[in-house]
Formats: sequence, structure tokens, C-alpha cells
Amino acid sequence: MLDIEHVTKVFFPGTINEKVALTDINLHVETGDVICVIGSNGSGKSTLFNMIAGTFPVTSGKIVLDGKDITHDAEYKRAFKIGRIFQDPTKGTSANMSIQDNMTLAFTKGMKGIRFSLTQKKKELFRELLKQIGLEDRLEDNVGLLSGGQRQALTLLMSTLSHPSLLLLDEHTAALDPNNAEIVMDLTKEYIERDKLTAMMVTHNMQFAIDYGNRLIMMDEGRIILDIKGEEKKNLTVQALIEKFRSLRNKDFTSDEGLLTD
Amino acid sequence: MIEGIFVEGLIFSIMVLGVLISYRILDLADLTCDSSFATGAAVVAISIYSGVSTGLSLVLAFLVGLLCGFVTATIHNKLRIPGLLASILTMTMLYSVNLRILGNKANLPLMGKPTLYRSFPDVFAFLSSSALASLLGTLLIVLFVKVLMDLFFRSDLGISIGALGGNEQVVISLGMNPATLKLIGLGLSNGLIALSGGLLAQYQGFADVNLGQGMVVQGLAAVMIGEFLFSSNRISLITLRAIFGGIIYKALMFFGRKYGYLVGITTNDFKLLTGVLVIVSLAVAMTRSKAADAGAKKKALTKVARGEGNA
Repeated sequence: MLDIEHVTKVFFPGTINEKVALTDINLHVETGDVICVIGSNGSGKSTLFNMIAGTFPVTSGKIVLDGKDITHDAEYKRAFKIGRIFQDPTKGTSANMSIQDNMTLAFTKGMKGIRFSLTQKKKELFRELLKQIGLEDRLEDNVGLLSGGQRQALTLLMSTLSHPSLLLLDEHTAALDPNNAEIVMDLTKEYIERDKLTAMMVTHNMQFAIDYGNRLIMMDEGRIILDIKGEEKKNLTVQALIEKFRSLRNKDFTSDEGLLTD
Repeated sequence: MIEGIFVEGLIFSIMVLGVLISYRILDLADLTCDSSFATGAAVVAISIYSGVSTGLSLVLAFLVGLLCGFVTATIHNKLRIPGLLASILTMTMLYSVNLRILGNKANLPLMGKPTLYRSFPDVFAFLSSSALASLLGTLLIVLFVKVLMDLFFRSDLGISIGALGGNEQVVISLGMNPATLKLIGLGLSNGLIALSGGLLAQYQGFADVNLGQGMVVQGLAAVMIGEFLFSSNRISLITLRAIFGGIIYKALMFFGRKYGYLVGITTNDFKLLTGVLVIVSLAVAMTRSKAADAGAKKKALTKVARGEGNA
């Protein structure tokens, strides 16, 4: 459902600051795939997500989603099919508005008309949905009053409202305390399973990447160096993964967080 | 006399509502209003001069103001320059346009021409004085504008514009083009500002190209005065306090004119004082939020001390 063909991204081309962030990325994502993306800082994980979501244009290459070439579509157009959750919990919701207003906007994607869709019936529906994240009594509270974990849970709920084809999770629990991170991650798993979502998730936790999802991608210096799925992934261990990395790249895996497994 | 302050304040408050949209709701500093205010006045004056009805001339002023906002938004969106610079460009260009609208004259008196304020005493004949009639007429217009604005910002489109001001990424993630929302927001903002200018031209009986000078800062001062009155996230109360802010600002200026000489203040000092008012408001608002943070911290610490954990 998602095809990335020969995508390359160069920042500041032709200047002294020129930086090649992605080199000839090829990736085919099947419907229903849940892919964990790992790699040290600066390996190109976030750039890859930015290319898929359309935050910046690609330097060369092609991105096809559901059979449609979206390479030159603006970010807001791609957002109809792609849900994205950032590491920063404040990015996914509007702080100076109430929870119900945020949910009203998320209910249908795209430009809104001069309609009043927040009816009593809708409020009841929202209340019911918010029970999943324990915010059912705070419909009229400003989102700015919520904790980071609550905001991230709300963002997750909001992005599943519109049934995206692809969900991009960019270390979406990394800024939360362990307790909240677990709650949000459990919720993420629940939604992915319930709605049979196709998802890509950046994580720093190697053990988690091995345990969760049907596919694991490792990136380094702007390339996808490992793509493990199926049976092979089930039998994977952190040690084996590090060994693989070492033999492929002739260097040690440098992300300390990656090794901290809990 | 006292009616005069209220009429001036109410007319001004429509302008404040416009500044509220750009500055607070969209979070975009828009200087277009320094000229679009005069544009509204010029459009109304020339329309009435050409025999257009007083009511229709206000609608025209609103529409022309809308266009002014569109110009700023388009420069900002297409050339990807900051809204502030885009609006300075529009403001500067509009000055020449305003002179053209007024037929290459700096001002246009409406002597002997019909205006709303000349017809209010007949429309509200049951009132004892023409000043009261003017007040009632203005009040009805402001209420009409306020109610429409409240309704708009409670609609899905209005909420989207509010979300844009708080967080542009959210709007993009929800599949909306932020450029379109800015276009609509800045258009409405300047539409209201031009409407206010047009109404003022009818009230004082002339239009002048320099009418809008320093409007942004005055509008900001009024918005901030309003915010000291009460805090709320309901749009109806936010617009209400902006209107109150506008009236209070005009009242302050009135008393400054009247009693200022006692402390040696003249009207020449008003721009300085308005600027100082905005700075003081900002400083007070900052101290307040710091105090609130300190309060929250203290509360959290006592909670931890009592062993309730970091819930």
C-alpha cells in the first residue's frame, strides 16, 4: 500500500552545509504491516517519516500510497490518509481549545464549512470515546490543562477517528514518563489491532522493536541496512541484532538508549 | 457627552474585534489595519457621495476590507514572508490606494449628505435626544457584528481558524490548508476593521487618509484591557471583553483629553501613553502567569511532600 522508490533527500544542496539525509531508500509496505524502525540518532528515521508525511519535498524519488503518486502532494493533502503522531505531545492537539472542539476538528479530515457539527449527539459520542482514555468528564476543559500523557493519548484517539491508511508514530512515547509511556503504548497497540491499521513506529528500544510488530527496519547513515520480517523476526534477539549491525557496518551500534531494555 | 464616549468606544470596539481575530485568534501580527481602517472610511465616504445608501456603503467597506486582508494573506502565503512584513507592504500600498479612492484628496467631508447618524434620531424617534439615538443605533450594529462573529467562531470553520492560531501542525495533520484559513481569518479581521472605519466616517462626517494611524497599537491596548476584566475560553465572552476593552480605552483617552492638562499631558502624548499601556499590560500578564506557575509548583510540591506521588 505504500511504495517508496529510490527516495533521496539532500538538505542545503550546493552549499557548504550540504547534508545527505537519505540515500536511495526503497521500501514496500504491505497493508496491515506493523513496522518498527530503529537506528541511532541522525540515521534518517525522522527524515524518512518527514518524506512520507510530506513535511519537506523529496530531492529525488517517488512515493506511492494506495496506488496514487503522492510525491508532490502537500502535507495537508497527504494527511487525509496518513495519521502522524510526534514525539512532542503538544504538536498533535490545540492547547487553547477544549477537548470537544479538538475532537470535532479531527472527526472529519479536510476543510470545514460554516456548520455546527458539535451537537448533543456528537458530545455523547465523544464522551463514550473518551472513556477509553479516562477523559470522559473533561469535554469542555482546555487541552492545555492535560498532562503530556493525556495529550498524547488524545492525539492517538483523534488520529484513529478518521481511520488513516497509514499511521506514523515518531517516538511518540519518548517524551513521557515510564508510567504514561506504557499507558500510551498499550493504547497504541490496542488501536492498531482493533482497526487493523498499517503502522510505522520509530523506537529506540531494541527489545520492544523485536517483540512488537511483524517487521523491523534498521537505518544507518541515511540507508535502510536491515529489513527483517516473518519467522526471522520472531527468532531475533538484541544480541543477534547488534552482531548483524557490526558485521554489516564494521562499527559498533552507538545508541545507548537502544541497549537499555526494560 | 457620556453617550459620545460610548458611541466612539462602540465604533472603535468593532475595530478591536478585528484586531482580536488577527492578533489573538490567528496569532499573527497584522499591521494592515493601520490602512484598512482608513480604506473603510474612504469607501463609505465616496459611496455616500456617489449616492449609495448609508447601509450599503458599510457593506461595501466590509467587502473592500476583506480584500485588503486577502492581499496581506496572499503575500504572506505565496512569498513565504512573515505576516508582519506582508502586512507592512499592504499597509504602505493601501495609503496610495486610499488617496485614489478619495479622488486624490487627503480627506472628504460628508456635509449635507445622508449618514446613519443623521437618520438615527428619526428611526429611534421615541428617544428623547439624538445622542441617545446614536448610542442605540451603534449598540445594535455592534451587537449584530458580535453575535455573527460568535456564531462564526463556534462553527467548524471558525474552530479550525482558532486551532491554527494555537498550533499550525494540528491543522495540517487534520487535512486543512493553513494558507486558506489564514486568508479567511485575515480577510474577516480587516473586513471588521474597515467596517469600523466606515462607521466612524459616518459618525464624524468625514473620511481622512490618516484616520487609521496607530490603530494596531490602540487595538492591542483595548484587547489587553479587556483581558484584565475576566478570563474565559468561550468566544462569546472573549468578544464581549474585547468590546468592553474598546469602550474603556476610549473612555481613558477621553478623560486624558479632559483632565490631562492637570498633570501636563496633551493629546500629543497619547501615542506614547498607549504604547506604555500595552507594555505595562504585557508585563502584568507575564507576572501573572509566572505567579500562576509558582502557585502550581508549590501545590505540586506539597502534594509530593504529603506522599501522593506524581499523579
